[in-house]
Amino acid sequence: MRRALWLLGLVILAGFAAFWVITRPADLPDSFVQAMDSHDADAARGEEVFWAAGCSGCHIAPGIEFDADLDERLVLSGGRQFETGFGTFTAPNISPDPEAGIGEWGRDDFARAMVLGVTPGGTHYYPAFPYTTYSAATPEDVADLWAFWQTLPSDATPSQPHELPVLLTLRRGVGLWKLAAGDATPPPVPDDPNLARGHYLVETLGHCAECHSPRDALGRLDRQRGMAGAPNPSGDGRIPAIPPEDWSQEDIAAYLSSGFTPEFDVVGKSMADVVVQLAQLPDEDVEAIAAYLLTLDEAD
Amino acid sequence: MFHRLTALVLAAGLALPHAALADEAAEAAIGARKAQFQLFAFNLGVLGRMAQGRMPYDAEAAQTAADHLYHLTRQFNPALWPEGSDNASMEDTDALPVIWDDLEEFAGRYEDLQAQAETMQEAAGTDLAALQGAIGGLGGACSACHDDFRAE
Repeated sequence: MRRALWLLGLVILAGFAAFWVITRPADLPDSFVQAMDSHDADAARGEEVFWAAGCSGCHIAPGIEFDADLDERLVLSGGRQFETGFGTFTAPNISPDPEAGIGEWGRDDFARAMVLGVTPGGTHYYPAFPYTTYSAATPEDVADLWAFWQTLPSDATPSQPHELPVLLTLRRGVGLWKLAAGDATPPPVPDDPNLARGHYLVETLGHCAECHSPRDALGRLDRQRGMAGAPNPSGDGRIPAIPPEDWSQEDIAAYLSSGFTPEFDVVGKSMADVVVQLAQLPDEDVEAIAAYLLTLDEAD
Repeated sequence: MFHRLTALVLAAGLALPHAALADEAAEAAIGARKAQFQLFAFNLGVLGRMAQGRMPYDAEAAQTAADHLYHLTRQFNPALWPEGSDNASMEDTDALPVIWDDLEEFAGRYEDLQAQAETMQEAAGTDLAALQGAIGGLGGACSACHDDFRAE
């Protein structure tokens, strides 16, 4: 009897140890850091990454409308709330303010947050921050983006806490989720360079799947079903499947840069925010996005 | 007891056709405003295609479309927006109930559209650059209202 208890104790201990090991926040691979080191970071290129990655879509203050001045979109004071089936997440202040924002961070802290979802202190971020899709961002783009970040205005608004059930406040558990979500990889990168660029902009930086792909009960993206559309987590209605049926490449590109559908209906809601940001990209990039999205349609 | 029941049945009998009538009126209003928006979109389409370079610029056609849009947007017709014609009460509409919580704001958005349609009317026939300069504001007026008052 005594022996059985000992054994049980050992098994439980081993279980905790295993949990602790497998949920450990990851570190950046050396190759990633070296690639950033050897890259001549360019803030102007970083601005393109900034608009493509849609940072301002979540991290600007709540009251800012889609037709606000672009300058207002550079103030990443946080505060927007996102209702999900798991609780309400509030986007934090990620402006360069040393107290309220991320002004004390180094480039590698920033990279680790963006592609691994790990804080400088070594805890997991909740996947409301789309690091699982950003995980394929190139070291060069991350370094350029960080260079651009140094030009952003500071804002002293303190970050607000998320509203989550107690069980989910144990961030170590997010490590398990990350392991389980590891399979949710996007379709393979196409050979054609233009389509490959589109793939990168759609599947990585643009994180389109985060809203347009269905999720399973654990909140993992169901990448097998592609951009099949999904219920809208914050509000009624559905987020549509993309690309919409019968839209040409020209239609998609025109919509993404102007907000006009082929029938000249006009975009509203969160997609209006996306269009404002994509309108800042070079035309070739918008064309690449449109060309790649069309291949998703053909795959069905 | 009997009287109360009679009253209830009578009340229900009287109320039902009323509710049906109200629904019918809402349905008609929804149909009418959809037609109105289609006319907006039809004329906006001419201007938008030219602005996007998907249709050659034609000063006369642009001016005609802008004139139509100007006149189509002159009247805000409250009869098209009766209470109970929102997407919580009726099918086949995306009009959010908040419209009726904040009719003043809604009307304000409509005034923005009127102002932008006027700007477009002054610009469309001048040249392509002028048309392109006015199309963003016009689309923005549509978008701003959809943002707050239309379900996706």
